[in-house]
Amino acid sequence: MRIALVGQPNCGKSTIFNHVAGYKAITSNFPGKTVKYSISKMTFQGMTSEIVDLPGSYSMTSFDLAELEARKYLLREEIDVVINVIDASLLGRGLELTLQLLELNLPTVICLNMIDEAEAKGIIVDIDKLSRLLGVPVVTTIAHKGWGLNQLFETTFKMGHKPVKSEFLTFSKDVEQVIQDLIEHIKEKKYTKKFNVTTRFLATKLLENDQHFIDEIKNQDMEFIKAVQGYQHQLEKCRDRSSDEVISSERHHLSMQLYESVVKLSKPKKEIRNYLDSVLMHPVFGYISLVVIMYLFFHFVFYVGALFEEPLLDFFYQFLPYAEETLGADSLLYHIVSGVVQGLAGGIAIVLPFLFPFLLGLAFLEDTGYLPRVAYLMDTFLHRIGLHGKAIIPLILGYGCTVPAVMATRILESERDRFITSVLTTMIPCAARITIIFGLVAFYLGPTAAIFVFLFNIVVVAVAGKILSNIMPEITPGMILEIPAYHVPSIKILLSKVWLRMKEFIVIAWPLLIIGSVVLSLLKHWNLEGLINQLISPVTLLLGLPVAVGVTLIFGVLRKELSMVMLVQALGVTDISTVMSATQIMTFTIFVLFYVPCVATIAVLIKEIGSKRTIFAVIFTFLIAIMLATITRFVY
Amino acid sequence: MVISLTNVKSGSKVRVTRIRGGLGIRQRLTCLGIHPGDVMLLQKSGFMRGPVLVNIHGNQVALGRGIATKVLVEVES
Repeated sequence: MRIALVGQPNCGKSTIFNHVAGYKAITSNFPGKTVKYSISKMTFQGMTSEIVDLPGSYSMTSFDLAELEARKYLLREEIDVVINVIDASLLGRGLELTLQLLELNLPTVICLNMIDEAEAKGIIVDIDKLSRLLGVPVVTTIAHKGWGLNQLFETTFKMGHKPVKSEFLTFSKDVEQVIQDLIEHIKEKKYTKKFNVTTRFLATKLLENDQHFIDEIKNQDMEFIKAVQGYQHQLEKCRDRSSDEVISSERHHLSMQLYESVVKLSKPKKEIRNYLDSVLMHPVFGYISLVVIMYLFFHFVFYVGALFEEPLLDFFYQFLPYAEETLGADSLLYHIVSGVVQGLAGGIAIVLPFLFPFLLGLAFLEDTGYLPRVAYLMDTFLHRIGLHGKAIIPLILGYGCTVPAVMATRILESERDRFITSVLTTMIPCAARITIIFGLVAFYLGPTAAIFVFLFNIVVVAVAGKILSNIMPEITPGMILEIPAYHVPSIKILLSKVWLRMKEFIVIAWPLLIIGSVVLSLLKHWNLEGLINQLISPVTLLLGLPVAVGVTLIFGVLRKELSMVMLVQALGVTDISTVMSATQIMTFTIFVLFYVPCVATIAVLIKEIGSKRTIFAVIFTFLIAIMLATITRFVY
Repeated sequence: MVISLTNVKSGSKVRVTRIRGGLGIRQRLTCLGIHPGDVMLLQKSGFMRGPVLVNIHGNQVALGRGIATKVLVEVES
């Protein structure tokens, strides 16, 4: 059996998915974080089935990449049951999607999620009546607490075994007449088979001017499109509005009617969070709070990281002299052992102490719902560099890892915005590069220097954004962004999310780190290291860095944290400040911060913006890195 | 009197009369529940040419300046 979770953005689909599939999909409190679907096997009461978490869609009309992906999946695959997840506190709006889903005539179960939120808002829903009016089962849940999910899946499986096809509701008479006429026309054609949809669904979408369907048909059957345009004109004449508006307002009225007939409104609860926004989104206090929150965040990361870095490093390096003594300093075995020890130490002592608190803090900011507020506050500034507020979300996610951040650019509407934001995202220090800033700059040059690096980075990103948008002048379509209610994050979900992201480091990066260390040891043993350093010496000489760091820059393209961890090894000391001056440490960090995205990022860039533009991004960031690092060398 | 959403004071209740602009912008607004005829509360008017914040059917939506100028409204008394 195959079950699909469908619903509007931020209604809790991924939370339900994670509950049955284990924590596999990232959940956060902002609309549009799921950009591709995830599939998992699930077992419920001894029955196995497949469950799909689709990206959130406001409607079934195609105009957003993630939404189009959801709809394509829904129409392409054989789905046994659709679970339509609705944020109960936004029932009126959610029903608009439900009405479109019902037109698909698939077995459907409605899940009214966040029912506690709705009650806090004073919205009391008559579940039985809603179920009767729509003709499908309705189950209430509170997904992040796991409440009601058993009943949801019980109902879903029942539906899967004994499918009841849903019915659709009809619009006003005059509009309905036009739809029926078009349906008759469609029946003569084979389009419903081609798209795997019902005639009614296709008819309403064509009347709504759905670009995807119209383009597909246009190439083969211009005559039919002309007929469709005739029906569109009829609708326009009926209501004196464009045909898409007629259909969408019909649907809106219908959902509002439904909403009013099943909901009893009572007084909303008084809660502190309702007043939070008067400070956090205030024209003055909003920005002050933003600065304070970011300051506390980075302070927290540095404080926790520094607490563990030194003792852990000391712990690991105490083994090295012992190994040297027993194995002999020149032996191959000693080089391998010291490579492994340094790789382990790099992961445990330098990366993890900063990575864990950082990811925890980021997850906290994501789940409370603060990020859309930041987008709201930053919209004005982003407009000055030719983007709009929503672009801040991929940029902030970039502080975690560039790969999901580049994917998150799909929440932007225009291709140009996605391209510019993707390039800028690669220049935001990801967790790996942040550990470099903390581990090198903050550790050796002090926290103030580290804050300077972060601020400097923001300035560079802003200037680069300005340059790119001047190269590609085009007016951005403007921001339309939902600001969701604040949520108190669940500790369990926070930790699962941190673990999901850490696992990526532990499983993929760490082995690379250890292998890299061993390879470097072996290169040293056979004196090949010098050859590579020689090749990179034009760069290292220009930047005034020790020639020995050349090889770490190569490894850094694989994984950014390798650059720093292997720096220790390449220079052959534990205390870097003994061989590199403050200027050199700063120059090295600035260079590593901007130069060439890592391999994983390059791969995702090729997928999202194409290979030509990826090459541009690589060259662009490399030039910026060379230029800024050279300046740092002479100025800092 | 029909005016653009950017010219409305914070805290006013407004009724949407028309959305100027093409299919794309109209669809994106209707998705968030903003249709002609709907009443919404302007929570914060934009400052420094920033976005406006409206409350529509109990949900907060931020609209960038460019979008907000295209939403024509009547202030309800």
